[in-house]
Amino acid sequence: MNKKHESLLRRDSVQTLLASLVCVLGGLIVGYLVLLIIEPSGAFEAIVAVMKSFLRYPGALKMKYFGQVLVRTAPLLMCALSVLFAYKVGMFNIGAAGQYCAGACAALYAALAWHLPWYVCLILGMAAGALLGMLAGLLRTLFNVNVVISGIMLNWITLYLTNLVLGTVKSPSSPFTKSLQSTNPGALMPSLGLGKLFNNEKSVTIAIPLAVIMAIVVWVVLNKTKFGYELKATGSNYNAARYCGMKENRNIILTMVIAGALAGLGAGLLYLTGIEDWETTISSVPGMGFNGIAVAFLGGLSPIGSILSAFFIQYITTGGGNVDLQVYCSQISSLISALIIYLCAFVAFFKFFIQTRLRKADERKAAKAAQIQEGGEEK
Amino acid sequence: MQEAPYAIEMVNVTKRFPGIIANDHVTLQLKKGEIHALLGENGAGKSTLMSVLFGLYQAEEGIIKKDGVEVKINNPNDANALGIGMVHQHFKLVECFSVLDNIILGDEDTKHGFLQRTQAREKVMALSEKYGLRVNPDAMIEDISVGMQQRTEILKMLYRDNEILIFDEPTAVLTPQEIEELLQIMRNLAAEGKSILFISHKLNEIMSVADRCTVLRKGKYIGTVSIADTNKAELSRMMVGRDVEFAVQKGEAHPAEVVLDVKDLTVPSKVHRNNAVKNVSFQVHAGEIVCIAGIDGNGQSELVYGISGLESVSGGTVTMCGQDITNAPIRRRSVLGMSHIPEDRHKHGLVLDYTLEDNMILQRYFEPEFTNKLGFLRRKNIRSYAERLIDQYDVRSGQGPVTVARSMSGGNQQKAIIAREIDKNPQLLIAVQPTRGLDVGAIEYIHRQIVAQRDAGKAVLLVSLELDEVMTVSDRILVMYEGEIVGELDPKKTTVEELGLYMAGAKKEAKGQ
Repeated sequence: MNKKHESLLRRDSVQTLLASLVCVLGGLIVGYLVLLIIEPSGAFEAIVAVMKSFLRYPGALKMKYFGQVLVRTAPLLMCALSVLFAYKVGMFNIGAAGQYCAGACAALYAALAWHLPWYVCLILGMAAGALLGMLAGLLRTLFNVNVVISGIMLNWITLYLTNLVLGTVKSPSSPFTKSLQSTNPGALMPSLGLGKLFNNEKSVTIAIPLAVIMAIVVWVVLNKTKFGYELKATGSNYNAARYCGMKENRNIILTMVIAGALAGLGAGLLYLTGIEDWETTISSVPGMGFNGIAVAFLGGLSPIGSILSAFFIQYITTGGGNVDLQVYCSQISSLISALIIYLCAFVAFFKFFIQTRLRKADERKAAKAAQIQEGGEEK
Repeated sequence: MQEAPYAIEMVNVTKRFPGIIANDHVTLQLKKGEIHALLGENGAGKSTLMSVLFGLYQAEEGIIKKDGVEVKINNPNDANALGIGMVHQHFKLVECFSVLDNIILGDEDTKHGFLQRTQAREKVMALSEKYGLRVNPDAMIEDISVGMQQRTEILKMLYRDNEILIFDEPTAVLTPQEIEELLQIMRNLAAEGKSILFISHKLNEIMSVADRCTVLRKGKYIGTVSIADTNKAELSRMMVGRDVEFAVQKGEAHPAEVVLDVKDLTVPSKVHRNNAVKNVSFQVHAGEIVCIAGIDGNGQSELVYGISGLESVSGGTVTMCGQDITNAPIRRRSVLGMSHIPEDRHKHGLVLDYTLEDNMILQRYFEPEFTNKLGFLRRKNIRSYAERLIDQYDVRSGQGPVTVARSMSGGNQQKAIIAREIDKNPQLLIAVQPTRGLDVGAIEYIHRQIVAQRDAGKAVLLVSLELDEVMTVSDRILVMYEGEIVGELDPKKTTVEELGLYMAGAKKEAKGQ
């Protein structure tokens, strides 16, 4: 057969890339339209400001803000890895947001109350996320509770628990937790000179390369190991996994544990850089976990693709803060970045659209191939 | 005398795909009121021809005539408008709808946006009465038997006043009794003036019900014969191009030591409160094929689930090669030497989104040959192993080891499973309906493999609904009825009639003999 001449468009990775670009473009257009509707005069400048993000700053300042975008990209990437890992095993880990909270809670509490060094805090954050993931996994296997339902509920439970726990280590004058710099500098992740590259931005630490390494590890585990083979088989066909003697329930719990650990680690990678403190009065779950869903889909559910998409989403989110508040109300920045991010989650939809256009041709090819061989009857 | 025009006539239809001629000047002439069989192996071009008739494909050459007038069929709607209806092999029914709703679906009568079910029900019941199509219009599809689902599909065609009815492999999923009933329904329909196209590769059924038969082989039109003037041997020669062995070639069985020992096994049912398998005891020896016969739904599936560990048992013991495996994990049974060709190849047998090579190692991926000490898959070994199996068991697919299992034909999916399970070199091979829905060539092949396993000293437990298979392949027959083994028969001494009586529960061996 002539599959050597397979057109570029038929390759999965190309389709994903194309669909991702369509989504990004669509998000920007819709964002622009909304700006136009609210206040036409400033719309163009505003959307340009969003798109320019940190690039609008001059010279040295540009590198500093670039660094900050990267610092926030790391936890976003971890949340995306959490979502996509669970997704490969057939579960939608909307609980990544809660696992992220749990990670922040454990990491910050260990740092501020027990004055532990950064690596212990990081591990504790991971453990807290893992525990929460395990809870969802257990509920799924023991009581057949969908992880989406348990995830959403656990998100809120965890948020308020986190506020409660971190309220004990908050600074006396503000709703924020005490700063790591003054309380326990040993809990700040080391920079190893990375900060120097970004105009001495202190928050740039090994968290960034660590997140990228984790993405590669996740890719290797899913694609190269026996463990990944088992997990994907369980996600793709639970009954077949059972039939060939895989421990399907153990696999599901383990998946949620790992997904939770990834999200929890993500929180640690942000809060242990000292770039921000936890606000103990917030009443909404941090968007990081939810944005992770958009990142995972925009990245075509590939760990490597997620590295790029996480950076893009963070870039846009930062850009959203550049909208001129003289012209627009203060919520506009969140609105615009949210619009773009959530349109990005439509990658699967656009990919499906591309595929349906190709599928007819493909199906005929496959039917023909099957008929040459001997099939045809059972599709 | 002028002959009446054909109800449907396809003349010299040629359909090419890149690199292959799927239909090469095929002619099919369906008379009004006849049952016309379309015979051919998988891949002979039957599906393509029907797709052309339905407007799914456009033929490059040839014409289609209805009642002597040339027609253009560009899409399925055109076909429907011409009164052509089809019962697909895999039913197209909405599981959570009632029978009645499924019949009217797509052709609903509404008044002010409300469904007019009363008239529809009358029409359906009238049709059901007229053709002997027993259905319960209010039952949900998911609750009714496969036979009734099929009758629902037939009613769907009749409800739309279709004159030309196409049955695509309609008997593949039915029990012997249901098959007989269906053939009778087809005769009734033909008697009422409907023209029927019967796609099949089961020669017995064609001989029993069809008036004429058109044979295709590798896309070519071989000929049309009148059933009255032909016989099974001629038809199969036309279909396959050579003489086919109907009887399975096998020598005497030499049963040796006990491999599988099942004692008082009880398995609860998932569907109802009674036990699906009640106190069943039997043994399978090395070097023999024991066949569990019975009408579908008499506990055979659950018995296999119990033995293979897919479901937990509530009583009794299962012993294999002297080891008690009643509650052993599935993996342990597999490692001890149990191979299982499952009933449902899509549900259990394959991970359809995995490639062929990844499916080939499904039972052995954890062995050192395929996974190194660090837990990484040894892709090179996997590839060469898959290539060997593909070669040895003649598993055909578009792209070899990297073909996605979902895109393979049913016969080759089944061959892949059989290759995987047999190559494991088991002590006990459990094969559940291993030839379901496959063509003559593939069935012949699979039967030979099973007999070869027996001759290699393996114990084989075969579960089958096909009477022919039960009679020809097995060395010993155990008949299951309502969860119990009601008789043990010797295939050489018994008859199909006697077997049927046991299967229907009319005859029963006294217990404790």
